[in-house]
Amino acid sequence: MFAYVVKRLISGVLVVTLVSMAIFLLFWYGPSSPAQPICDRETSNRCGNKIEIYEKTLGYNNPVHEEYAKFVKGVFVGRTLTIASNDYECSAPCLGVSFRTKEPVKEELLSRVPATFSVAIGGAFLYLLFGIPIGVAAARRRGSVADKALVSSFLFISSIPYYLFALLTWLYLTVTFEIPLFSNTGYFSPITEGPWAWFSGLFLAWVALGIFGCTQYTRFTRGAMVEALSEDYIRTAKAKGLPSRTIVYKHGLRAALVPVVTIFGIDFGTLLAGTIFTERIFEIQGIGWWSLQAVQGMDLPVVQATAIFSAVILIISNLLVDIVYSVLDPRVRLS
Amino acid sequence: MTSVPVTQSAATAAEVVDGPYLQVEDLQVTFPTEDGPLTAVKGLSYSVEKGKTLGIVGESGSGKSVSSMAVMGLHDPKSAQISGSIRVGGTEVVGLSEARMRSLRGNSMAMIFQDALAALHPFYKIGAQLEEAYLVHHSGASKRDARRKAIEMLDRVGIPQPDRRVDDFPHQFSGGMRQRAMIAMGLVNDPSLLIADEPTTALDVTVQAQILDLLQDLQREFNSAVIIITHDLGVIAEMADDVLVMYAGRCVEYGTTKQILTSPEMPYTWGLLSSIPDVTASTDARLIPIPGNPPSLLNPPTGCPFHPRCVHSDKVPGDLCVTELPALTPATGPGHLKRCHIADPSAVYRTEVLPEIAPELLEETR
Repeated sequence: MFAYVVKRLISGVLVVTLVSMAIFLLFWYGPSSPAQPICDRETSNRCGNKIEIYEKTLGYNNPVHEEYAKFVKGVFVGRTLTIASNDYECSAPCLGVSFRTKEPVKEELLSRVPATFSVAIGGAFLYLLFGIPIGVAAARRRGSVADKALVSSFLFISSIPYYLFALLTWLYLTVTFEIPLFSNTGYFSPITEGPWAWFSGLFLAWVALGIFGCTQYTRFTRGAMVEALSEDYIRTAKAKGLPSRTIVYKHGLRAALVPVVTIFGIDFGTLLAGTIFTERIFEIQGIGWWSLQAVQGMDLPVVQATAIFSAVILIISNLLVDIVYSVLDPRVRLS
Repeated sequence: MTSVPVTQSAATAAEVVDGPYLQVEDLQVTFPTEDGPLTAVKGLSYSVEKGKTLGIVGESGSGKSVSSMAVMGLHDPKSAQISGSIRVGGTEVVGLSEARMRSLRGNSMAMIFQDALAALHPFYKIGAQLEEAYLVHHSGASKRDARRKAIEMLDRVGIPQPDRRVDDFPHQFSGGMRQRAMIAMGLVNDPSLLIADEPTTALDVTVQAQILDLLQDLQREFNSAVIIITHDLGVIAEMADDVLVMYAGRCVEYGTTKQILTSPEMPYTWGLLSSIPDVTASTDARLIPIPGNPPSLLNPPTGCPFHPRCVHSDKVPGDLCVTELPALTPATGPGHLKRCHIADPSAVYRTEVLPEIAPELLEETR
C-alpha cells in the first residue's frame, strides 16, 4: 500500500512536469509573441518596437529550455522577475507574476482557493445528499410509474447544458422572483464578513450545482443499485431471513456505492480544480473565473498556474479514488 | 423481536406435526410478462419427510428452481402469482405475511445455491456473513456467541483452521471451500428443511463428491428434510431417496430413486438416462441426446408437453399425445407415478431403450 502510494506520487510528479512543459512550449511557439499582450496593455496599444524590451526582460529571446530551467528553479528557490524596467520579487514556490495585476500568481491562487472549494464542497454535499437516496428509492421501485416519471424528468434536466441550467436558475430565482436568500451571490469570507454572508452568497451556486448533480447521481446510483439488487448474493441475503432494509442497504447499497464513489472522485476533483460556469454566472471570485479572465487577457503566468493546479488536483483525486476503491472492494489489491 | 421463543416454538411445532415436514400441493407459479402470463410451475405436488432426500431433476427452465424458491418465499410478491398449498412443518406458507415468512427463512428452512462465489457477498468476510445469518434469528445472542457459532460451523463443514479462515473474504476461498461455507451458512440455524439448488454444478468432480458426502453426513446429523435440485442423475443416485422428474413446469414422473433409475416409465426420463456418459463404456460409445429444445413456457405444446421431442409417440393410438395431457397415473411399482399415454411403458423401456443404453443391464435382468 505504502509503496503503491509512493509510486503513484512519483508518476504524478512526472505528469505535472510534463503538463508544465507542454504549456510552456505551447505559449512559446504560439502565433504571436507571448510578450505582445502585456506590451499592448502597458503602452495603451502603442507597443510597436517596444516589444523588444518586453521580450528581452521576460527572456523570450533566450532558448526555451533555459527559460524553462529558470521557471523550475523559481518554483524551488524563488526568483526575481523583470518586466520592462520594473523588478518583481517572487518567493518560492514561484509560479510567476500576473501580467495584469503584477502580483505573484501563487498568492492570488491561494486567495481564490477558499471560494472554489466552498462552491465544490457545498454543491457536492447537496447532490450526494439527495442523489444517492433518491437513486436507491427509484431502484427499489424500478418499473413503477414513480420511477419512470423520476428517471425521465431527471434525464430531461441533465440533458440541458449546465451553463444554461445555471443561468436559468439565476434568472428565475434572483432576477424574476427576487428571492431574498438568492439576491446577493458571490464569495464572502466566512471569517471577515461573517458565516451568513458566506452562506447566502454561495447558496444559489450550491442549489444549481446540487440539483444538476443530483439528477446525474440519482441515475448513477439507480443504475448501480438495480444491478446490485439483481445479484445472487441479494437472493442469499433474502434466503437468510434478513429484513428488507438490511438487504437493500447493507447488501445492495454497499456494492452499488463502489462505481458511484469512483465517478464521484473524478467529478469532485474536476469541481475543485475550478467551476468555471458556476463561478462566472454567480460572480464567485474563484479559480475558475480567474482562469477564464486570464485566458481572455492572455495572462500567461496565471493560465499556466491554473493548468498546473488542475493537474495536481486531478492526480491527487485519482489517487484517492484508487485508495478508497481498494478499501471498499476487498478484492482489489493495490500494487 | 423475541426471537428465542420464536425459534423454540417453531421447533416444537415441527415435532408435533406428523407426516412429511414439507408438503406441496397443486403448486402453481405464474409470472406476468410482456408477452402474457408465463406459468413456470403447474399442478406440482410432492412431500419430503425429515431425514429423507428428494431429488428434483429436469432441464433448465423445467421449473425446478422456481418451485423451490416458492417454498422459500423468495419470489417477488409483486411479480409472481403463487397458488396451491405449501406446508412447512405444519405452517401454510402460501399467503403468509412477510414478517412470519422471514422468521422461517434461514431458520426452519434454508437454501444453498450453486456458484457460491456469486451467492456470497464479495465485500463481507465469510465469518461476518455466517454471524449475520445466526444473529438475525437469535437476537438474544451476543456478537461473540455468533462468532463462536460461525467458527464451529466452518469446522463442522471441514474448513481447515476455521478460527483463522473465518476472517477471510469469499474470494480468498477455493471453490469447494466456498461451497462448504455456503452449506455452513445454510445450516447455522439448524433448519429442518434444506434446499440445495445445484450445489455441485460449479465444482470439479472430486470436490463434487466431497460436497455430496458432506451433505449426507450433515443430513444424518441434523435429521433434516433435504431437497436436492440437479440435472445430474449421478447426484440423484448418490443422494436421493425419492426422485421427482420435472418437464415444462410439471411433474412427469415420481418414484423412489431405484424405480426411477432402473425402471423408468416416461420417455423423457429415458432420454435423461440415455444422455449420461458412462466412464466404463468404450470410447466409441455414443451419447444419445434428447432431440429438440425445451419447450416455450409462454406457448407450451398442446397435449403432452414432451410430444414434439418424444420418439415413442407413435406407440400411442391416434394423436392422443398432441391433444390430451396425460394424467399423473400409478406406474408398475408401489408409489411410482408417471405421466405418459403409452400403454405399457416398462415393456418399451426393456425392449427398446435399455438394449441401446445399457445392454449389460439387460443381461442381468434376464
